[in-house]
Amino acid sequence: MTTPLVQMKNISIAFGGVHAVEDVSLDLYPGEVVGLLGHNGAGKSTLIKILSGAYKADAGEIWINGKKVDIQSPRDARANSIETIYQTLALADNLDAASNLFLGRELTTPFGFVDDSRQEAETRKIMARLNPNFKKLKEPVSALSGGQRQSVAIARAVYFKARILIMDEPTAALGVHETKMVADLITELKKQGLGIFLISHDTREMMELCDRVSVMKNGQIVGTERVEDVTEDDILSMIILGKNPKAAA
Amino acid sequence: MTDTNQTPAKGQDFESSLDKSDKKVAEFEHRRKGLVDGLQHLLHLNPTLVPVMVLVVSVLIFSLPMVTGGKFMTMFNLSLIMQQVSIIGVLAAAQSLIILTAGIDLSVGALMIFSAVVMGLLGVNLGVPSFIALIAGFVVAIGGGLMNGLLVTRIKLPPFIVTLGTWYIFLSVLRLLTGSQSIRSQDIDAEAPILKIFGSFISIGSARITFGVILMIVVFAVLWYFLNKTAWGRHVYAIGDDKEAAELAGIKTDRTLLTVYMASGAVVGIAAWASIGRVGSISPNAFAEANLQSITAVVIGGISLFGGRGSILGPLFGALIVGVFESGLRLAGLDVQWQVFAIGWLIILAVAIDQWIRKVSA
Ligand SMILES: Nc1ncnc2c1ncn2[C@@H]1O[C@H](COP(=O)(O)OP(=O)(O)OP(=O)(O)O)[C@@H](O)[C@H]1O
Ligand SMILES: [Mg+2]
Repeated sequence: MTTPLVQMKNISIAFGGVHAVEDVSLDLYPGEVVGLLGHNGAGKSTLIKILSGAYKADAGEIWINGKKVDIQSPRDARANSIETIYQTLALADNLDAASNLFLGRELTTPFGFVDDSRQEAETRKIMARLNPNFKKLKEPVSALSGGQRQSVAIARAVYFKARILIMDEPTAALGVHETKMVADLITELKKQGLGIFLISHDTREMMELCDRVSVMKNGQIVGTERVEDVTEDDILSMIILGKNPKAAA
Repeated sequence: MTDTNQTPAKGQDFESSLDKSDKKVAEFEHRRKGLVDGLQHLLHLNPTLVPVMVLVVSVLIFSLPMVTGGKFMTMFNLSLIMQQVSIIGVLAAAQSLIILTAGIDLSVGALMIFSAVVMGLLGVNLGVPSFIALIAGFVVAIGGGLMNGLLVTRIKLPPFIVTLGTWYIFLSVLRLLTGSQSIRSQDIDAEAPILKIFGSFISIGSARITFGVILMIVVFAVLWYFLNKTAWGRHVYAIGDDKEAAELAGIKTDRTLLTVYMASGAVVGIAAWASIGRVGSISPNAFAEANLQSITAVVIGGISLFGGRGSILGPLFGALIVGVFESGLRLAGLDVQWQVFAIGWLIILAVAIDQWIRKVSA
């Protein structure tokens, strides 16, 4: 058996009295897509934000490649080759696409100044792959549509060649065509051996893209199943009832 | 995957198809909206457009012979305006750095006088070598900025409250130090003339270009360069825009904020030195309105009080607008209160435009 890329062990976090995530364990293997499903407020985003360094868990451990790591900040996550597309996108609205793509990791000239032309060229390249209709490279991203903004956030996560990719509802604002391109992208990255955590409310899409799906409710894992072992209805009933029909049987 | 090659050919995503139907349904409505959006967009991309226009128009109006009798548009008068705005201009540059991070600094004026007083007390009253006096003044200015920055980033207090507090603190300390006594011009000349270097000038025709004016322009140019060409500058804008997003992008936001407060303090130190040359003496009671005037220049200059948007060059134009109004109205023989009146409306106009840009782009 290969070493898991990511192991989250008994992770808990509370905000005030709210147990947003409670004793959750989850793993991810190279070349695997693991889906997280669950109602609004189930704790999906909070869980992956612990992996991405946005939150610090109250309890639990994170292991990467079989080694325990301490992820204190988004920088630590990046150092562990984890990239994240946040549900909120986390873009700086008044900066253009290229500045957002390279935010915190600017390409610089030998004199230490930002190399805007190279950043723009790189942005053009990756956007051509993700969203060929994307033309507004010089606009502040606040002037872009929801779908275009989402493309920028996706480009930022994909550009830096992570080994672990977290995608929190990456297609929520995308049109049919762009959604399809993201699905193709996920398939391609998976082939390259990346591990991907994918969050979405689209059960059908998840059945197609994921190898395994985990269902969360009230901060806990209801169950984790390989997609070939369950039907869409099984998943839906796990989400709604908060019980795993297979485990009960 | 089957439809990937046909879809791009049609060039269809939701927006473009929506766009088309829109056009058919209400061509006129669409075009009008397009114009308004276009203007808003233009202002968004060029935040100094409004201040530059106001400056140019006001200069043109005051240049008309029937308004000021030709007294406004002279080299002498224009250079005088530059001198008059130079100190507030430099302070506005310091203020801009803080406002770009979505903060505000009510202590810049007091910190400037504090720093100038330390330069004078050491260099003039105590006879310490001038360059040590200057260094001490800068240490005070940068230290004051650091103090503000630490309170904002470590204790997580709002900048408004922190700097309101330090404004009182700086003022009281500097008055305790001087016993509220001014340091006289002749004494500075005798003991530490270098403190007044920025009052020196070169004459070009009837124009008097003081070193202080040149300094102001250099300060803006250097800050423009850092804010627009370095990663640090990019981070300053990102933090002002959305601190949480900046943090998620891997920026050490608190550390960057600290450097911003210290850089702002250093610029306040520059203003302090320049102010000695401009005024001639060092008075603990000078520049009482400097805080508000610096904020005025920043706001009129088109920098958003919500942070993250605006050009550092805007406040230079903002300060010049104030100077042009003051000079123009005085030369037109009107009560100076009309200048105060006009500046009040300009502030409200500038913030209204900013709100408008924010609303449509959100
Ligand atoms: N920063 C925070 N402070 C306080 N409570 C929080 C915070 N973040 C999340 N929560 C709470 O934690 C719970 C889980 O929220 P989370 O955003 O993880 O849900 P989710 O599964 O991602 O939902 P959605 O599908 O709507 O995105 C919710 O009750 C939410 O209100
Ligand atoms: Mg979520």
